This record gives sequence, structure tokens and C-alpha cells, in this order.
Amino acid sequence: MTPEVLAALQAAQAAKRPVALLTRLTDGHQCLWPDTAVPGALAEAAQAALRDDAAQNVTLDGEPWFVHPHNPPLRMIIVGAVHIAQALVPMAQTAGFAVTVVDPRRAWATADRFPGITLIHEWTDDAMLALAPDARTAVVTLTHDPKLDDPALDIALKSDAFYIGALGSRRTHAKRVARLTEAGHSEAALARINAPVGLNIEAVTAPEIALSILAEVVATRRGSPLARRTAPAPAVAA
Amino acid sequence: MSEPVSRTHSHDDDVLATAADWRAAGETVALATVVETWGSSPRPAGSRLAVSASGKLAGSVSGGCIEGAVADAAKETMQTGAPQLLDFGISDERAWEVGLACGGKLKVFVEKLS
Repeated sequence: MTPEVLAALQAAQAAKRPVALLTRLTDGHQCLWPDTAVPGALAEAAQAALRDDAAQNVTLDGEPWFVHPHNPPLRMIIVGAVHIAQALVPMAQTAGFAVTVVDPRRAWATADRFPGITLIHEWTDDAMLALAPDARTAVVTLTHDPKLDDPALDIALKSDAFYIGALGSRRTHAKRVARLTEAGHSEAALARINAPVGLNIEAVTAPEIALSILAEVVATRRGSPLARRTAPAPAVAA
Repeated sequence: MSEPVSRTHSHDDDVLATAADWRAAGETVALATVVETWGSSPRPAGSRLAVSASGKLAGSVSGGCIEGAVADAAKETMQTGAPQLLDFGISDERAWEVGLACGGKLKVFVEKLS
């Protein structure tokens, strides 16, 4: 890999711009798409690789090319700078998520409790509108306080977020569903909320609950039967 | 709002960042990338292993069964500058040597960071 290609690839990653690295396997010649104009078959493969987040092999004029997508990281938005969030943040980062914690309560959302991650202190609906969850975003609400969780869930439900999870018992969730129904959300939309949040691994401690949440996020992203989605899924980022 | 900081170098984009850091620090570095898999290969196409001339490793291209052979090829590529396309599989003698216990087949592209 030439220094120029490496620098361009790293610049695209720093700018969170999706690019595909195209490598001719016979001699190692490389370029980036869409930065470099390439023949149609390669461009189509690059586009598909980025869309599906899956590498592709293409033969062009009898020569094999490797098409390697470099999408920006998946995002996880955690609402509630609580104890479970402290455990979930490093786990999600290790799994490759860019994590943002939203909590207007400044006593909770401190850099001491969440070193080195993006903290947002705005009200949760303003924060969620600004963050604009997309099909590569997971949203997890953990405040257990309707004043904070509900506005965040309202925005999440109007987005293509591939995962929405909310902390709270079945009883808490039933009340939440009633409130969000009142706010105009359909039964099918509300079925997108995974609650009680997380895979059922009988988690007890904060790190165990964090593990169950991350496991459910991964199960949903990868289309595992363990993901308990009952409503038609929005376009899930592959 | 504070800037996010990557705390880990666990996923594949970070392997590239690690390799670039080594290169910037003056090391000779090669990058191995899984380009095609068949059967039960543990790491998907696009998975990367960075190797430095001083013997540092970051990332992976398998569950650990071919890393040694790939690192050997990487050292060769560091010396010659020529990329290599390695083929590991049931029918491959080197794969038998290193023991591809997963029973899968894969191709690994090895290149030097120039």
C-alpha cells in the first residue's frame, strides 16, 4: 500500500466518509472508490460492498480485484449516564461501536465516569434529533425515567435505528407503551423496542446487564434467531 | 462535548491505524488481508493482520492457525516489496503443516506498507 493510498484511506475514516479500497490482486495496485473513477463493474461492486458492509471479489479483464468496504463505525447512543452505561461503554467500544452518552443530568454524565467518550448534556429529544440515528445506529435508553427515556424513544422510533432497547420491567414497559401510544406510535412501531432490554441471560450485576444488551444488539445486527424482533425490521445495516 | 477517543485496537480499521502508527515510527510493516473464504473460516473477508519487522502483530486473519505462516510470508514481502496472494486450504500442503483445524479455505493478500 502506497503512503498516498494509506493517507487517503485514513483521511476518509477520520472524516467518517464511506470508501472502498480496491486492490488488484495480481500486482497490488490500489485505489479508493469513489475518489478514483473506475470501470463500471468495479464501481458497482464498491457500491454494493459499502451498502452491505461486506467485501467482494470481482474479476475485471481477467484480473482478480478485492473490494474492501470501509464504512464509518456503527454508532451506539446510550441515554442515561448510569452504572450500566459505565459497563456498556467499553464493551460496545471493543465491539467496534462509536459510543455517545446522552444525559442532561450533569452530575451523572461526567468525564470522570465516562473517560474519553462523547457526552451530550442536552435534553434527550434535542440530543437525539441532533444525533439523527440511522440504520447503522443502536439506541439504548437506561435512565428508567420517563421524562428522559420517552422523548429519546420517540425520536428513535421515527428513525431507522437498527436496534432500540429500553431498560425497565415488563410492567414499566407496559406503561411506557401506553404513553408512547398516546403520543401517536403504532403497535407495530412500538414492537421495535426491545424491553426488558437485553438477551435473557439472567443478568444481575451492571456488567452482566451490559453484556446482555450488547449481545442483543449484535444478535439483531447479525440477524440471529436470538433477536426477538416481532415487527417487520427496518433496513438493517448488514 | 468531548472528542471520542478510541480505547481499543480490536477491530479491523484499527489494525490499519496500528500498522500506520508503526510505519510512521520508522518500522517496516506488512499488512495481510483475508480476501476470500470458503467453508468455516473464522474471520471474514476484510479481516487484517499487521506484522512489523521487529515481530509485532496486530489483528488476525484466522483463529490463530495460519498467523505464523502469514507472518513468515509478510517478512518475505517486507524484504522483496512484492505482494503475495496466499492460498490456504485442505489441499494446500502448507495448510496441513500449520494445521487449518477449522476445515475452511481462505486466500490472504500480503502487501508491504511502502
